[in-house]
Amino acid sequence: MRLVILEDYDLASEWAAKYIRNRIIQFKPSAERYFTLGLPTGSTPYGCYQKLIEFYRSGDISFKYVKTFNMDEYVGLPRAHPESYHSYMWNNFFKHIDIDPANAHILDGNAEDLETECQAYEQKIAEAGGIELFVGGIGPDGHIAFNEPGSSLVSRTRVKTLAKDTIVANARFFGNDLNKVPTMALTVGVGTVMDAKEVMILITGAHKAFALYKAIEEGVNHMWTVSAFQQHPRTIFVCDEDATLELRVKTVKYFKGLLHVHNRLVDPVLSIKDQ
Amino acid sequence: MPSNKSVSDAAITQFINCRILRDHRLQRDDLWVREGKVLDPEKLFFDEKGYADKRVDCEGSIIAPGFIDVQINGGYGIDFSQASDDVSTGVSFVAKKILQHGVTSFCPTLVTSPPAVYHKVLPQIKVSDGGEHGAGVLGFHLEGPFISVEKKGAHPEQFLRTFQSGGIEDLMETYGGLDNIAMVTLAPELGGSQSVVKELCQRGITVSLGHSVANLSQAEEAVHHGASFITHLFNAMLPFHHRDPGIVGLLTSDQIPAGRTVYYGMIADGIHTNPAALRIAHRAHPSGLVLVTDAITAMGLPPGRHTLGQQVIEIQGLHAYVAGTKTLCGSIATMDMCVRHFKHASGCSVEEALEAASLHPAKLLGVSHRKGTLDYGSDADLVLLDDALNVEATFISGEEVWRKGP
Repeated sequence: MRLVILEDYDLASEWAAKYIRNRIIQFKPSAERYFTLGLPTGSTPYGCYQKLIEFYRSGDISFKYVKTFNMDEYVGLPRAHPESYHSYMWNNFFKHIDIDPANAHILDGNAEDLETECQAYEQKIAEAGGIELFVGGIGPDGHIAFNEPGSSLVSRTRVKTLAKDTIVANARFFGNDLNKVPTMALTVGVGTVMDAKEVMILITGAHKAFALYKAIEEGVNHMWTVSAFQQHPRTIFVCDEDATLELRVKTVKYFKGLLHVHNRLVDPVLSIKDQ
Repeated sequence: MPSNKSVSDAAITQFINCRILRDHRLQRDDLWVREGKVLDPEKLFFDEKGYADKRVDCEGSIIAPGFIDVQINGGYGIDFSQASDDVSTGVSFVAKKILQHGVTSFCPTLVTSPPAVYHKVLPQIKVSDGGEHGAGVLGFHLEGPFISVEKKGAHPEQFLRTFQSGGIEDLMETYGGLDNIAMVTLAPELGGSQSVVKELCQRGITVSLGHSVANLSQAEEAVHHGASFITHLFNAMLPFHHRDPGIVGLLTSDQIPAGRTVYYGMIADGIHTNPAALRIAHRAHPSGLVLVTDAITAMGLPPGRHTLGQQVIEIQGLHAYVAGTKTLCGSIATMDMCVRHFKHASGCSVEEALEAASLHPAKLLGVSHRKGTLDYGSDADLVLLDDALNVEATFISGEEVWRKGP
């Protein structure tokens, strides 16, 4: 695991965005060979999306040959609802960049047959050649996507009922009315994300600190599903100082000492203008 | 990228680098148009996997819904109340000219005239869409002849009328028919007028109170029967009095039926209404304010004498008087001038100033589902403005119909 610790949310967002930018540009995507990117939603990746949009606007990056696969979507929430993940992705990312709409994939929580929808999604990922880089976040209960505590660590895309913690955490987006929060979601499985060539988890804020501790300093455990990535060959955790508050001083010092090495991944930052 | 739109193959235009008026706020967002209507880009993206064919760079301009003028008597030498054999040429001429003021829809207005004039003029103009040829016609505004003698203003006294045979028959006889009429201004204190108000409203025609000495109760009764507008507030009506506010009292009346709004026209040219009075009205009832030009023949013309209805008028600077008197007979301000003056005089926000010329008149006429907003599905009648609210370009159904020269 690479653990990259930045001082605050903005710096963490910037680091993550630069990393994604470099990875895409280094890959040299084309019509014959798309870069496949897995994407999260929520408040954590918001800053990262803003930075990526900035990079697009300055002409340093293009999403023309990028295929995206979002992690999850609520079940039963109208797609046009302002809190649907479709709305989130459109407003916070897709509408600002040059991605081909046909290459932006998000699970359809209003599909007639949810199981078929999930299977078809796995199929689409396979047809795209698998995910090159899966970006994700972590819930306060240590979940990745909507793989709630108790989810199989080899699970695939499926319907999940949301845990109480998750519903409470999401209530702020639904006028703090617990009754308005969807109770089910479609989500990629832990196994689905593990299949990606590389995984990058963004974790910021003190409220995520305990989950980060459980995910990287304790064992692999289906109650803290992000811990599964301890067994992935190429994982990066990008966090801010606050998210490290529950970690051992020893762990933090070790990885801070490696920052100069990790920074070589984002410095120099590449641009398509140089190609 | 290959075209793969499933709903329609029509070209999609994306207006970028602009601030659009949506949900009562100026928002930094793009505006998408297809087949003359505002398009929902999120649906386009996810449902159709579609994208824009053409991008228009607005260079930071404001995009507002096209202005709607519900009271305009003519302009550029054209007088809508003049009975000519070819009224449509005149209406079209003005319709084209007012595009440069940001007006995309209007109600050609006729002042009090003899029946012969109505019988000749009315059948010649139909409700029609705007376009490159000019702003769209939403229907006539017939201001008179069923108005008060004491408040005739510039209207010719000899053609004023009252309801003799019992209401709507008088109307039909005078006008010759009610097709293509968007609004009628009348005085609700006239005997028999209340049933006329009711009938007109039932036929979908907006009824406006004006040129009247009605007291507040009479005005409220008319509103109860469906009247929803006040023609040029303060002008040609009894002044506000604290024991009987008259028609002006409708702005704060508690007798307005629930769910209904009384709108009021303001000629914000700096002449017809003292800015302090404008502010009183605006602060009392901001959501009802509708900017109108009440522009006359001479609008757009140089100073001098010109014809209005059956009378002669004289231009002196920005003032237009009944020739030989000091009675105002309409303004020569343009709609964009009115928007700027209103904002300046009232201190209101940009959004409020723009809505007074677009959303409010659209709601008044009951056409806000397709005009007066930039909501998805609305007609893409747009006006591009700079920060000082000067018109830079005008679009109707998404096509550019006027642009300011260099």
